[in-house]
Amino acid sequence: MTLPAHPEHRLTSVQMAHFVAHGFLTMTAVVPQPMNDEAIGVLSAGIPPVPYGTAVGEAFPAGSFPRGLVELPAVAGALHSLVGPAPTVDHHAVHIRQPGEGTAQPLHGDAIIDVRVDAFDVQLMYYPQDVTLQMGGTLIVPGSHLRRTNETDTGRYQNLRGQTRLVCPAGTVVLLHHGIWHGGRRNDTDTLRYMFKIRFNPTVPQVRLWNTDDLADPAVAEELRTQFPWYEPATGRLERYNRIRMWRALTGDESYDLDYWVTRVTNRPRPLTAATSDK
Amino acid sequence: MTAPTKRIIRQQVLVLYLSTSALDSAVVGWSRYDGTGRANPTTGDSDEPPYETGVAALQDGWRLFQAAQLIPSYPGHEYDVSFLKHEFLFEKLVDLDE
Repeated sequence: MTLPAHPEHRLTSVQMAHFVAHGFLTMTAVVPQPMNDEAIGVLSAGIPPVPYGTAVGEAFPAGSFPRGLVELPAVAGALHSLVGPAPTVDHHAVHIRQPGEGTAQPLHGDAIIDVRVDAFDVQLMYYPQDVTLQMGGTLIVPGSHLRRTNETDTGRYQNLRGQTRLVCPAGTVVLLHHGIWHGGRRNDTDTLRYMFKIRFNPTVPQVRLWNTDDLADPAVAEELRTQFPWYEPATGRLERYNRIRMWRALTGDESYDLDYWVTRVTNRPRPLTAATSDK
Repeated sequence: MTAPTKRIIRQQVLVLYLSTSALDSAVVGWSRYDGTGRANPTTGDSDEPPYETGVAALQDGWRLFQAAQLIPSYPGHEYDVSFLKHEFLFEKLVDLDE
């Protein structure tokens, strides 16, 4: 099964560059309230697990709540832009943060260390309720997705400058690169907090799957230059280098560069030969 | 004559991540652990660092007991990004009777 086309809802190049820099995109209140009202009961009852790598259509039958979620035009358009028209469901899970629980999840990346440059999975996180700061909305560290770390080895990091402690209205969907550092925060209220997560695997090369009309927009480079307050300035330069490599993979343009970061360190002049030298 | 009072001392730990290897550079990340049991710091519990620099923590009485070594990149991995590099661990010893 392929996701509904919705070409008018594909991401722009500027939005894709934002994803490459930040490692996530937030779609605020994109799910209609009647669905949010239905969601709590559906998530409380549980959603049947599926084998790893199941096609979306098999994983989520027509008429099911998750099928309706991924077929919302804005969601389907964004998923198509990131992981193509026919991603498979890696797995899904309902996450519930209990009222008054004493601790947060340690900061982590999901699964295991995953250093692919030319492919990435996307995790959809859906919040059916208004999430306040005290409810322990997901902690996300912008720009952490290209860090080569394994799962909870980052657990010693409690707080980083510029971190995002999610506060959002009901119906918000966040799409995250598989490598992003995140964690469920401590819920200091007396309300259960729900989040539904789906991990998608691409089945096609992730090259120019979005609306590329604005590929030459200078705002693309501005997005790719983004620095975050938690970066050590020296490492922040390496982040730009790695984003350039990701952008090259996404666009298929191996000549793309930003402020000469990659060109400079890959410049290997060849010795002059008799055929090319002046005589 | 009275027996000497046994004092109970516990350790508080502050971890600061700095923007360079210099102790007076800016804080970019922080964590706290409290051996007194009086507080329960956890992931994502604050957006503002307790100090602006490592030296500011010293000036407030924290004692530095470990600093990250400066280790060259592994050959072939010079452009990789991974853990924060400039980690400094501080302690305070707290008398529970105070």
